[in-house]
Amino acid sequence: MNIVVLVKLVPDLVEELEIDSSGTSLDTTFLRQIINEPDEHALEQALLLKEASGATVTVIGAGVDGMDDVLFTAAAKGADREIKLTGSFEAGINNHAMARAFAAMMGELAPDMILTGVQAHNDIDGALGPLVAQFLDLPYIGYVSGVSIAAGECTVRKEYAGGLIGEMQAPLPIVLGIQAAEKPPRYVAVSKVRQAMKTVSLEEQSTPELDPSGAAVIERMFQPEGGEHAEMIEGDVDQIADRFVELLRDAGVL
Amino acid sequence: MEVRTLDPSTEFMNQIMETIPDGERIKMCLQCGACSGACPFGFIMKYPPHGMIAAMRAGLIEDVLAADTAWMCVSCYACTQACPAKIPVTAGLTTHVKEEMLLAGNVPTELQDALEKAQRYFNPLGESPRKRAEWAEGMDPEVTIMAKAKRPVDFLWFVGDYASYHPSVRKATRNFARILQALGVDFGILGPEELSDGDSVRLAGEIGLFEMLAEKNGAAFAKYEFNEIITTDPHAYNALKNEYPRLGFSYPVRHYTEFLLDYKDQLQTLFKNEVQSSVTFHDPCYLGRANGIYEAPRELLGLIPGIELTEMSHTHENSLCCGGGGGGMWLDGFRWEKAKSHISEWRMREAVHALGKPSSEELDTTAQPTRILAVACPYEPSRFIDAAKTVPGAEGLQVKEIAELLAEAIGIEE
Repeated sequence: MNIVVLVKLVPDLVEELEIDSSGTSLDTTFLRQIINEPDEHALEQALLLKEASGATVTVIGAGVDGMDDVLFTAAAKGADREIKLTGSFEAGINNHAMARAFAAMMGELAPDMILTGVQAHNDIDGALGPLVAQFLDLPYIGYVSGVSIAAGECTVRKEYAGGLIGEMQAPLPIVLGIQAAEKPPRYVAVSKVRQAMKTVSLEEQSTPELDPSGAAVIERMFQPEGGEHAEMIEGDVDQIADRFVELLRDAGVL
Repeated sequence: MEVRTLDPSTEFMNQIMETIPDGERIKMCLQCGACSGACPFGFIMKYPPHGMIAAMRAGLIEDVLAADTAWMCVSCYACTQACPAKIPVTAGLTTHVKEEMLLAGNVPTELQDALEKAQRYFNPLGESPRKRAEWAEGMDPEVTIMAKAKRPVDFLWFVGDYASYHPSVRKATRNFARILQALGVDFGILGPEELSDGDSVRLAGEIGLFEMLAEKNGAAFAKYEFNEIITTDPHAYNALKNEYPRLGFSYPVRHYTEFLLDYKDQLQTLFKNEVQSSVTFHDPCYLGRANGIYEAPRELLGLIPGIELTEMSHTHENSLCCGGGGGGMWLDGFRWEKAKSHISEWRMREAVHALGKPSSEELDTTAQPTRILAVACPYEPSRFIDAAKTVPGAEGLQVKEIAELLAEAIGIEE
């Protein structure tokens, strides 16, 4: 059983986000990146599956600043292989380009299951999981909060709105977008991460030219702009009703 | 050659004996139980300190590590103080138990969250490391930040996590800065270059994280010239004095209450207000029991005109912890579930007993407080302010850092 976990970094919201002079992207001067939280759950789910039924867990991430720490932490938690994608990521890498690069690696890895976080707060061009599934022509289930594997199939619990949970069986290989692992992501002591830094070597794989096509083009990025304040209508019922009618007339709907 | 591996209990005991100063004294335990009797949470631990030793001797250390009640330990040194055989119970036994539990992944979620924040942001509150000196913004005169000033100072002030970030402590932090300025002390802070001292994550068993933080702080210290470190945080004091030297970072360090005694005469000439209050002082564990400093804070309080100092029933080496040590700042929910009470509330009842019931003027919230619980550790204000809300008789009782009371007497308080 080969499980591949795809992780990406997102801007850490502990620092205030600023927009650069181009007006179309974030200013990266003080930007710190942190692992996308649902990706951390995807890794945890993979490790739980490994413990439950045996699997080789491979973690892959684009080699931007901060990814080494994420991969060493994954190794310290119990992942078997850590692969860092290398390439020119200075200008940023959108999910379309990342998904194509990940998809291109899958032939050799022959995954039975690809897990990634169901979403990230910087998914401007769509979530990563469905894109990877599309490029690999694999089925995809998102908003997953529980997985088990038996007899070449998986049973997946998917969260729906209104507190409903659907349980479904699906063939392998498959791409799953993890909402939450069955247990909270485990803690790994700093000493174990430091040990991993000394003993584990990250595999590197270079990506050919990035292909970001198919994504929306950002024309303008901006902080939320305050609109005109709401008018609080005061008075007795008749006065409020009169004001409503007046407003509806002004708006041309009466 | 046959490789013999030791059973886990023997290995555990050997680690304590080999790595902790006086660790071999653990062999002298007579199972008197004084440690567990003195422990504020001994009543609820499956293995209180003497029980940990008994289990270790019986080859059952794994049972100790599997139980989660060692996370009730507040690292308050009450056990160490009570031990007639002078076994380093806190430094050796309970901290090592927590370290092993943590390495095995047996960590309460809320503690895990604080440890991850300390790892990533270098403070367990998860605040932006860039904003560590935000408390000093707008102060006049400006507080010197070493990287900007590029000059030697007499004293490097290690501000600490809670004094830098916590909303109920920042005012006391600014008041201490004003006192230093009023005294004409030449001081500077590291600002964003200062990281958590790491002592409480160490006592929560995260030794690797502590060492990482210490190494980074040590590197920052080495960049600047100063004669001595002063600190407003007893946990930082403990780390800098007792733990950093073994990692190669050795600097003279004093807690601010000791430091200010050098300026006793000058302080007295600056005092112009009376602080008409009954005051009782809570000994911080890491100033008192862990480091033997009991009189400096009391002497400072004694200088303030108008203050009448009374003692609580637990005082000096017999003092009761606020509940924040050894990771306790990040285990309130866990401990509430186990014990259904907070030690800070027990302590607040003692304060009410020592200071008396509220006067009618005190219940008028606009009047000057007449009962004050004085503290000297930035972990304490939030805990005791909360406790005062629930303990009968604590209505109107104020919790104040000694620095705030001094600033009030000088008339420079914020």
